[in-house]
Amino acid sequence: MVTLLTDAGEFTVPGAPASMTTLWCPARDAEAATGWVAKPEGLCRGPVCVPLPAGREREFVDGGRVDLAALWRHLGQPVVHSDRGHVWVLAQSARDRAAALASLEAPDFALPDPTGRVHRLSDHRGKKVLLVTWASW
Amino acid sequence: MWQALYEELGDRGFVVIAVAMDSREGDPLPWIEAARPTYPTPIDREHRLAELYGIVNVPQAVWIDEAGRIVRPAEPAGAYEGFRRMNRATREMPEDVARLTAQAKATYLDAIRDWVRAGDRSEHAFTAEQARAHLPAVTADVVTAQSMFRLGQFLLAHGESAEGQRWIREASRLQPDSWCIWRQGAGVNDTGLAALPDFWERVDALGAARYYAPVDMKGMP
Repeated sequence: MVTLLTDAGEFTVPGAPASMTTLWCPARDAEAATGWVAKPEGLCRGPVCVPLPAGREREFVDGGRVDLAALWRHLGQPVVHSDRGHVWVLAQSARDRAAALASLEAPDFALPDPTGRVHRLSDHRGKKVLLVTWASW
Repeated sequence: MWQALYEELGDRGFVVIAVAMDSREGDPLPWIEAARPTYPTPIDREHRLAELYGIVNVPQAVWIDEAGRIVRPAEPAGAYEGFRRMNRATREMPEDVARLTAQAKATYLDAIRDWVRAGDRSEHAFTAEQARAHLPAVTADVVTAQSMFRLGQFLLAHGESAEGQRWIREASRLQPDSWCIWRQGAGVNDTGLAALPDFWERVDALGAARYYAPVDMKGMP
């Protein structure tokens, strides 16, 4: 079992074996956690498709499973995992993150308050928002 | 500070979201109870806002307009680093520190008032071009550091302390200018502040550099 931490949140994938080199996930879990789907033209996310290197397709997609680690490295995106390979963080590349910021579109987030209520920036569309950080430390 | 501002401006289409960059769940609770806020106070255990907005210290804030556009990217929110000039034996502050601290706070709050009143006609609302010029730099090291921090926090929260702390130290090594990463990973003193001798050593090592990045705002010390 593997836990994935992605932009979309935290996902437990019972069907993915812990490994330090690969991250083979059932296609449905891979899509839920990352949005990437295997299609005849390659791996796709929304309208974007990335063709897989000829002859190496099996390194990425095999029998209803996707190696998200291979995909992430292929895309030049940061991959970090625990020593045992049971927790993986799949993040956006610096280039994509910088481009997202440069759009000046404030990225949405979903964070719980102490009562468990989840707050999203998008709850406040139509208002001016002062998004301010603090800490007890 | 934010409660008073929210009470003053809340009926003019303005809201404060005060996010605690606190990874240990219970730590911010006494503060939230004491402030009795009527605005949202979510807790960001994994410092997602650091990744999304480039937050590297607290208090930092982002101004976001009605359409969800970033008007002022992450910057110190009315803070002045007077603590650096404190007499560490007597805890006394030089006389001008109180004045500069008050000036930083008043300048920042007045700028928010002006923005809420005048919108993008406010002199403190950046144009798109200005806002882009003030965006924090996102490098490969920064995004990797954020991933390591997130991994470390997850492991800490799930009882794998030694490995979790190692990832947080590694994250801090990759993004040394993030006080959020460093202080979250540091030990705390008897008042809960990450202000043990190693903090002061790190602050002293800044030399002439600022603890709070300079803010491009007229009147800000």
